[in-house]
Amino acid sequence: MSHVSLKPKSGLPNPLQWLGRAALGMMAEIGRLSVFAAQMSWAGLTPRWYPAQIFRQMVAIGFYSLPVVGLSAVFIGAALALNIYTGGARYGAEQFVPNIVVLGITRELGVTITGLMLAGRVSAGIAAEIGAMRVTEQIDALKTLSANPFRYLYAPRFIAGILTLPLLVLVADIIGVMGGWAVSVYGLGFDSTTYLRNTLDFVTRNDILVGVIKAVFFGGIIALMGCYHGDKSSAGATGVGRAATFAMVGAAVLILAVNYVLSSIFVGIGL
Amino acid sequence: MTQHLLQLSGVTKSFGSNHVLRGVDIDVAPGKSLVVLGGSGSGKSVILKNTLGLMTPDAGKIYFDGKDVTRDQGKARDAMRARIGMLFQSAALFDSLTIWENVAFRLLNADGMKRKDAKEHAIATMKQVRLGSDVADLTPAEISGGMQKRVGLARAIASKPDLIFFDEPTTGLDPITADAINDLIIEQTKALGAAAVSITHDMASARKIADEIAFLFDGKIIWRGPAADIDHSGNEYVDQFVNGRAEGPIQPAL
Ligand SMILES: Nc1ncnc2c1ncn2[C@@H]1O[C@H](COP(=O)(O)OP(=O)(O)O)[C@@H](O)[C@H]1O
Ligand SMILES: [Mg+2]
Repeated sequence: MSHVSLKPKSGLPNPLQWLGRAALGMMAEIGRLSVFAAQMSWAGLTPRWYPAQIFRQMVAIGFYSLPVVGLSAVFIGAALALNIYTGGARYGAEQFVPNIVVLGITRELGVTITGLMLAGRVSAGIAAEIGAMRVTEQIDALKTLSANPFRYLYAPRFIAGILTLPLLVLVADIIGVMGGWAVSVYGLGFDSTTYLRNTLDFVTRNDILVGVIKAVFFGGIIALMGCYHGDKSSAGATGVGRAATFAMVGAAVLILAVNYVLSSIFVGIGL
Repeated sequence: MTQHLLQLSGVTKSFGSNHVLRGVDIDVAPGKSLVVLGGSGSGKSVILKNTLGLMTPDAGKIYFDGKDVTRDQGKARDAMRARIGMLFQSAALFDSLTIWENVAFRLLNADGMKRKDAKEHAIATMKQVRLGSDVADLTPAEISGGMQKRVGLARAIASKPDLIFFDEPTTGLDPITADAINDLIIEQTKALGAAAVSITHDMASARKIADEIAFLFDGKIIWRGPAADIDHSGNEYVDQFVNGRAEGPIQPAL
């Protein structure tokens, strides 16, 4: 099948054939990814579990991501406040800075920034680790020792992803708002107490819930893309490097796409 | 006729247009040591992976202890794997675990043994392959290649298997270390009374550990006989390989 010549007689690739092949390849890839996702979630939702592995991954994914999440959130909150202030000044609406900062951070920016940073830090890391295990036959060794890699390796990462991302997003929300607050108070002349009061009066439980629900999905995506690309990694340093790149890019794009879909659902149901 | 512990019959396996195995027949009696010789990339590892269910053959049958295991999954497959130990070509130690956790991996996970007991058991097994308890708490990256092979061997024998696979056990080792590994393989399989299937292109190793030798070429076993007959096999392919000549019916894999 893969040996059918794709070159027409002119020597140039036929664009229709090329498109057809790309589309077929994409469908096959989506199929494989879906099967893998189903196997991974099944392993995550049914015993047997490996608590030590889950704990280890929660520390690796959650705890060690705190610095990068905190730094990203503080800068995005600060930049957001600055832009809203100058933009709002055109309508004399500068006083809405705290409201829009907290809305933007909780519903969109806190969670997408956390997701994107972890696509780089965690998804690529998982892919490189699993990929190295694949090419050094450690995954085969696991199976011969009667340990299922879906239960021993992938499910713990999946569970850790969906449990820790929401917590990281809560941290990102708080630090992001503080970034906006710091710029507003020290750079734009806002009164600190009034700024914080406006923030707390305006934000609703639903705003925070929206970000947290998204985070559960993003955590799953990050673990899925890392494990999937690592598992099918080909041999050699280039194979493992490509797995890490694919995992990162795939997770980032999927996160932004799913973010849009979830946002439109939440707007639709009035959450 | 003796009962075979392991029997492969007409096993074929292709990757796309690469027909690696074209009908492999192999059998091993309990307690016997079979060495499969073959060039690099001839499909030696693929034979072991099909047998262990890490790959599924396209055609043919695999019997373990008289039972067809060709397409076994889940519990049936695990029951078979519990009776087989494997030493991987690259040792394939888990680099996030300590040496003793590697050796005791099956005991800790599949068998649910307590950590304290498993560690004792692991250290006893390590002693059998001349590894001191001082390395028990190191990680694989902290020990040499020869020691990694010993750990891999300890892991393979820890659950007292009936059959052990050795995938190029001496490749990448200096001749002295390689010979020490050969000695350990003989000693430990004898001690367990286990059968062994070893895969190698190292003639010195093959002569030493084999009861019988099978020669894999072009996806088939083209010669098979007692180890003592390898120098007068009467087969020009085997002769070329045994004597390591570039000229002959086998084209060098360049
Ligand atoms: N998972 C795989 N996918 C595709 N080709 C493979 C795979 N495993 C092995 N092969 C191919 O099968 C052939 C034999 O490989 P192998 O059994 O590893 O050789 P060796 O005899 O050196 O152990 C090689 O050409 C290799 O490229
Ligand atoms: Mg091999």
